[in-house]
Amino acid sequence: MYQADETPSGSATGGADAVRGDVLSSTVRSRRRRAPAALIALLTRQLRRPVHRVAALYRRSIQLRVVAATLLLSVVVVLVLGVVVVAQVRTGLLDTKRASARDQALSGFQSELKKIDEAKDLRLKVGATTDPSTEEIGTWLLKQVGDLAASGQSVYTVIAMLPGTTQTIAPDKTGLGPRYSGDILPSSIPESLRAKVGQEAGQSFSQPTVIHRSAESHNRTEPGLVFGMQFVGPSDKSYQLYYVFSFGQETKTLGLVTGTLATAGIFVVIMMGGIAWLVVRQVVTPVRMAAGISERLAAGHLEERMKVTGTDDIARLGESFNRMANALQAQIRQLEELSRVQRRFVSDVSHELRTPLTTVRMAADLIYDSREDLDPMAARSAELLQGQLDRFESLLADLLEISRFDAGAAVLDAEPVDLREIVGRVVEAADPLAQAKGSAVVIRGDGEPVLAEVDSRRIERILRNLVVNALEHGEGRDVVVRLGSQDGAVAVGVRDYGIGLKPGEASRVFHRFWRADPSRVRTTGGTGLGLSIAVEDAHLHGGWLQAWGEPGGGSHFRLTLPRTRGGEISRAPFRLEPEDSRNNRGLGTYGTPYRRAIRPAGATALTATDEQADPETPETSGNAFGGNLGSGLGGVLGIGPGLGRRAPEGPRADPSDVRPVGAGYGATGAQVMVDPTPGRPSVAQRTAGPDAPDGVDAVGGTGGTDTEGTQRAKDQRQD
Amino acid sequence: MKGRVLVVDDDSALAEMLGIVLRGEGFEPFFVADGDRALAAFRETKPDLVLLDLMLPGRDGIDVCRQIRAESGIPIVMLTAKTDTVDVVVGLESGADDYVTKPFKPKELVARVRARLRRAEDPTPEQLTIGDLVIDVAGHSVKRDGRGIPLTPLEFDLLVALARKPWQVFTREVLLEQVWGYRHAADTRLVNVHVQRLRSKIEKDPERPEIVVTVRGVGYKAGPS
Repeated sequence: MYQADETPSGSATGGADAVRGDVLSSTVRSRRRRAPAALIALLTRQLRRPVHRVAALYRRSIQLRVVAATLLLSVVVVLVLGVVVVAQVRTGLLDTKRASARDQALSGFQSELKKIDEAKDLRLKVGATTDPSTEEIGTWLLKQVGDLAASGQSVYTVIAMLPGTTQTIAPDKTGLGPRYSGDILPSSIPESLRAKVGQEAGQSFSQPTVIHRSAESHNRTEPGLVFGMQFVGPSDKSYQLYYVFSFGQETKTLGLVTGTLATAGIFVVIMMGGIAWLVVRQVVTPVRMAAGISERLAAGHLEERMKVTGTDDIARLGESFNRMANALQAQIRQLEELSRVQRRFVSDVSHELRTPLTTVRMAADLIYDSREDLDPMAARSAELLQGQLDRFESLLADLLEISRFDAGAAVLDAEPVDLREIVGRVVEAADPLAQAKGSAVVIRGDGEPVLAEVDSRRIERILRNLVVNALEHGEGRDVVVRLGSQDGAVAVGVRDYGIGLKPGEASRVFHRFWRADPSRVRTTGGTGLGLSIAVEDAHLHGGWLQAWGEPGGGSHFRLTLPRTRGGEISRAPFRLEPEDSRNNRGLGTYGTPYRRAIRPAGATALTATDEQADPETPETSGNAFGGNLGSGLGGVLGIGPGLGRRAPEGPRADPSDVRPVGAGYGATGAQVMVDPTPGRPSVAQRTAGPDAPDGVDAVGGTGGTDTEGTQRAKDQRQD
Repeated sequence: MKGRVLVVDDDSALAEMLGIVLRGEGFEPFFVADGDRALAAFRETKPDLVLLDLMLPGRDGIDVCRQIRAESGIPIVMLTAKTDTVDVVVGLESGADDYVTKPFKPKELVARVRARLRRAEDPTPEQLTIGDLVIDVAGHSVKRDGRGIPLTPLEFDLLVALARKPWQVFTREVLLEQVWGYRHAADTRLVNVHVQRLRSKIEKDPERPEIVVTVRGVGYKAGPS
């Protein structure tokens, strides 16, 4: 069986390998094509950072900038100076040399002419016997060269040539080849000069050239100047004499001067840079010190001062800086003193007020306890006294709490706590009020621990406040307390469906002594400071307390806290505006209030909507909470048995909202049917009654697909 | 229960009112209005409990508390107008067992006084060990290697509560209810301060406690025996 299985599976693997191989090779090819571009990109990326760093340093450091500018300018100055000086030296050296060379050459040519004349005279006297042979002119030339060169030891070299002869060298210096003294080769004489000299006899020409020296002088080359002239010899044979002057010495001198100048220039540039660095440092150091000290001052080290020496501008800067620091310190000390005095005052007032209040309280309690023995008027007075004493006490406590925050005396006593416990305690404590109001308090999102480092006393106070407020203004509808945590933040939201907040009120609710509606009768008699204290408590934790509300649509208060003490909140685990807000349900600002009882007479369209994708609450899809909330809050209408498991947990305060399928929807003219099969997209059938209006649009998506099985019903816009 | 209560308070109206309330509840109150004379009055009256105002003329309540605590372990309940943690903790650390914040209701005060006076009325012979300590519950003594460690009744109760159930982690709220006798959670700072005071007496190294161990985020439990 094993064997049998082996073969086909093996071949199948082979095929797969082949296919994979193709794919691989094609990716390799494309990768190779992309390689140079990738390399360049990599290099650019590698280079960009140091370049950026240098650029940033250049922008930030005035010292660097000044030194760089000084270096640049001194380089320019030194270059210009060097070029000018070198040019001057060169002109001076070469011109002198050229003039003396010219004089020497011309005088040499003169004496040569004289010698030719003498030789001719001698020949006339002696009487020429035969034609001058080639040997004769060869020896003549050799003699002339020797004579002429003798006077110009090492200054110049004399070369004699016959016109038309090639420049091949006669090594033995016999025959008709060029004759020359010294080690300068005849090839140093340019062709063009020879041509010019050859054209016109008795006329001297000069031309700069490159001198080639013989092998004994290591084939050196150097710049030089050649003077040439053509003569007619005593035997009427033409020959050319060249004076070659080497400029090697001058070039060497020039090189030396240039080198010295360059060294000096580099030295000067470096010195200038160093001097600039030192000078700028004189100015920059105090400035940097001032910057550092002002930073330390800002950090609270008020004792920091600048060191002042001398009376220059820097010292003035230091003095005025120190004066400023003194003034600041004095101001801060004064403020601290004021704050301390105020705190002290608050503490004293607290004690002074509380002691008599305690006596009054105890006396009132005694009287209140024995009110049955009093006559009705006195008994009622005792009751009033008792109630107002409670109120006075809480007002006093809240005032003291606020003043403690104002004085910065509030201390955070944080430790890890499961927020579910606090929420549970708060909701339990609010139960009597909820029952009195006829509201249910529903807790959502308490499936798993919501741990955070908080001051549980303060958080409990915040939540108690929010829950009591929600019940107070909830119009007897449900209150939903929602817990959530995500990343470094935890949040508790308290949602009610009561009178809500008018536009602009969401920020004013946190103002001290602010009341939504002064005419409203309060049953719990809040002090008007509760939310102010709550927001201070939240800030003490580094958290947020925010409010959202719509008129008639209820409100939502969200407390967001960092999970760890001193942590940062990047985003809240859920949105401030609830999913079931009027806006999110597609109704305008002045749409129908949420959860209005369905009117039997009016035509009501019911729309099955998708659970809305919420960018801020990723858990809506994964966590059952989102759907749960939707089903709990969204006015569950008709939910099949498979999908409506959570429906009983939903709020029950407005029973007219929640009706079983087929239980009298005929009267409303519309009906929602939900496919009871879980997991499959439910199909919402809308069987519009005769009175149902056209154009009822589905909210939050087309079609009735609903993975959570949540149905949202909403009231039709009333015309 | 006829308890003798010494009221140390400079406010005569409040003192009188306290007297009325305490008498109404069947206690026998004594009064002293001055911190300097408080100790003498304490020695003279030998009360079962002291109600001590923190702000007193002359010697202040903290000093008085220390003086009394140096002589006796009897319950001291502070009356304070200050609710700042620092003030409360200083008061508790000076030796007070409990505190009541002004303004308080008479019933609240009486409940606290009764809770402090309600000592183990039927001391059954019971021997407990916690760490290397031996606790004789009936004899109200704690010994390490045969040497007694003096504890106030409240500290003793706290230690016994932990030692009786060494497997259990006590939240501060539970301890408040068991040791202080409060049904509804009062201030858990009480527990923190008293645990620290207890540790300073029974632990070899109070910085690294081995007998009363903190369970972070929950509360306290007895260390391994």
